[in-house]
Amino acid sequence: MELLTALAVALLFGIGAYLLLTRNIIRVILGASLISYGLNMMLMSTGLLKRGQAPILVEGALAGGNLLRGPNGNVLGGSPPVYADPVPQALILTAIVIGFAVTAFLFVLGYRTVQEHGTDNLYELRGEEHDE
Amino acid sequence: MSNLVVLPVLLPLTTGILLLFLHGRLRLQRVIALLSLVVGLGLALFLANRVWSSGIQVGFASAWKAPFGITLAVDLFGAMMLVLSSLASLLAVWFGMHSLDAGRERFFYYPLTQFLLVGINLSFVTGDLFNLYVAFEVMLIASYFLATLGGAPGQLREGFKYLVLNVIASTLFLLAITLLYSSTASLNMADVAAKVAQVHDEPIITLVGVLFLLTFGMKGALFPLFVWLPGAYRQASPAVAAIFASMLTKVGVYALIRVMTLIFNHDPAFFKPILLVLVGGTMLLGIAGAIGSKDVKLALCYQLISHVGYMVMGLALGTESGLAGALFYIANHVLVIAGLFLLAGVIEAVTGTTALSGFRGLFGSHPGLGYLFLGFSFAMAGIPPFAGFFAKFALLREAFAQGSYVLGGVALLTGLLTLFGMVQLFRRGFWGEPMGERRAVPNYRAMLAPAVLLLVLIFGAGVGAGPVYRYVAAAAQQLADPSIYIQAVMGR
Repeated sequence: MELLTALAVALLFGIGAYLLLTRNIIRVILGASLISYGLNMMLMSTGLLKRGQAPILVEGALAGGNLLRGPNGNVLGGSPPVYADPVPQALILTAIVIGFAVTAFLFVLGYRTVQEHGTDNLYELRGEEHDE
Repeated sequence: MSNLVVLPVLLPLTTGILLLFLHGRLRLQRVIALLSLVVGLGLALFLANRVWSSGIQVGFASAWKAPFGITLAVDLFGAMMLVLSSLASLLAVWFGMHSLDAGRERFFYYPLTQFLLVGINLSFVTGDLFNLYVAFEVMLIASYFLATLGGAPGQLREGFKYLVLNVIASTLFLLAITLLYSSTASLNMADVAAKVAQVHDEPIITLVGVLFLLTFGMKGALFPLFVWLPGAYRQASPAVAAIFASMLTKVGVYALIRVMTLIFNHDPAFFKPILLVLVGGTMLLGIAGAIGSKDVKLALCYQLISHVGYMVMGLALGTESGLAGALFYIANHVLVIAGLFLLAGVIEAVTGTTALSGFRGLFGSHPGLGYLFLGFSFAMAGIPPFAGFFAKFALLREAFAQGSYVLGGVALLTGLLTLFGMVQLFRRGFWGEPMGERRAVPNYRAMLAPAVLLLVLIFGAGVGAGPVYRYVAAAAQQLADPSIYIQAVMGR
């Protein structure tokens, strides 16, 4: 499951990066949003993916599991098996809301830019008056 | 435990929301916005005094103790930045009140500056990495609106680039936070720092450190990542550009200094050479751009980029006295660059342009403006009675004491070229036969007032460099020893 997620994240990042490097305003916006979607997936997988676990810490839940431990035996990360970490989910929620607002603004700004300049080609929007 | 630390965020937030409802009533908006900013400045000074007398102030959201809830913590560095942000935004909004055209002023200028301040102040008070990300986003969304306020074609064009590059930087920031969370299972800065200190050799921690460097380097306009800045700041209205120039890049520098001193202090042999190259590149390329620019605002943007190098130089040197110099320089630079952008705004109001080919000989008709510009030019270059001299002196002394002669030489050269660039701007803009139009500006005196105040403050900080240095030295001491911050937040 983690491997599949990792591949999906890589795919989204790859497509996003490709689109960001193109010259079309809409493609650039789509690229930026695809990367942020990929990141949300990655954020979700940090708590390790598992089915049917409640994000409630019951007694004994921390025993065993796939924990990353430091040299002193203290827990550094990873996640125990019978407990879904709620923090990444809360973080994704926030990231999605922020991403939504920024993408909406990007679309409006892109639309207005195209209207004012009459082109959606970023190559023509270089700002030639700086280069004098 | 103190609830005082949440007030610098709460005050602009409530004011901003209130101002949204007063959309049509411009005069009321002005009064409330100014009043709130004055109260905010007083609050920041009070908080700084409290931190100075009784140590780091820590607040916990909903009383969830660290590391579980969101922690807000203000140390001397954060308190200093709060004072500076309050002062810079107060003066910029005063300037905006007298310089903006009715359309821009009416179109949510006052609420947006308050929301911008929410993001800026939250970055300075938060002790939680994800909260820092949220603060950055609040600040950036407000800044996207402000940068494109008015919707002129140039603003839209440069605003789009600014937005896309910052979206990418934010994504990298979130990626770094994700990786850090998956390897330390915490987002609380103090908790993360304590955990990272136990695993010095984890390569993933170094990777996260590099991602943070990239993110904050982008926001702070460091060497290869500053391309978005000149266009976006040049196109923004002067009242907006003054806040952007004085505070937004400093937020990036603040966050960089914060995470590098607190969390990623485990591997100086890896980070120091990278930082040194970035600092040198930022200084030299920035100042080259400034000298080559034929526009006052554009030249100031490049000066700003170049001088970000000095602030990060103190971090790159990595010692307590280096950090003290950097903090002193940040304080000095906020005041200087705000004043210069405000003066560029006055020039634009008087002549209708900031391109050096569009006006000349301004000194004859506006001698006060000329003297102020010359004063700020000297302050920018760090000529002795001004504060910049003492900040640069602290940085250079530390660089030479460490044997970093190349870096010290680059910093000295940059200082010299800064003076050259500023005097060149003055010579070409203010001397010579008068050329170009001169508009009557009814609010001329009111527009110059903030710059006069700033110059007096810079002069005062130079004459009274002793007490100022004592403050930044104490702040640097807190930064250089992360255990102070960790103990204040974690309570052990």
